[in-house]
Amino acid sequence: MELFGTIITGIGAAFLFIGSLGIFRMPDVYNRVQAGTKCTTLGGFLTIIGVGIMQPEWFWKTLIIALFVLISNPVSSHALGRAARKKGISLCDKSVVDKTEEFNGQKD
Amino acid sequence: MKELIFIFIIGVGIILCIIRMIIGPTAADRAIAMDTATTVAVALLVLLAFVFDRYVYLDVALVYSIISFVGLIAIARYLEKGI
Repeated sequence: MELFGTIITGIGAAFLFIGSLGIFRMPDVYNRVQAGTKCTTLGGFLTIIGVGIMQPEWFWKTLIIALFVLISNPVSSHALGRAARKKGISLCDKSVVDKTEEFNGQKD
Repeated sequence: MKELIFIFIIGVGIILCIIRMIIGPTAADRAIAMDTATTVAVALLVLLAFVFDRYVYLDVALVYSIISFVGLIAIARYLEKGI
């Protein structure tokens, strides 16, 4: 059980590092939102659950923290991305299509 | 020993987020870097609770994640409409 929890925690830590690297390397606000949100949601969930598996008395508390991260992280990232789009921050040069132009007439 | 390696990896991730927070061109970049940094910091707090064998650090992680969620929603609303 200890080895299983350690493996899960290691996978989660690797995902957290990859997400932070995406925050550092990506060219655009929206790419950064995607990299940061997806990688840190899965990485944080796996890391916290892995600690709960390594220490079985703490399992329910770590499950509560992991579920809260799983719910709140996409919501806050979506709010930030929507705010950036409504503020009018442009996309990067390599972007191919922007579907939000179609919705400009029906904003709010 | 293995947990120290995980803590080192996650710490490097937080440093990368802080660099993006410093050089980010717009305010939205900085807010998103802070969002990622807080999630990474919650995972780091849970790992520290396991390493130091303190149950109280889990409460710290839970309260920190709740407060960062509320703060980021407030920042997003400010970026969208102003105060």
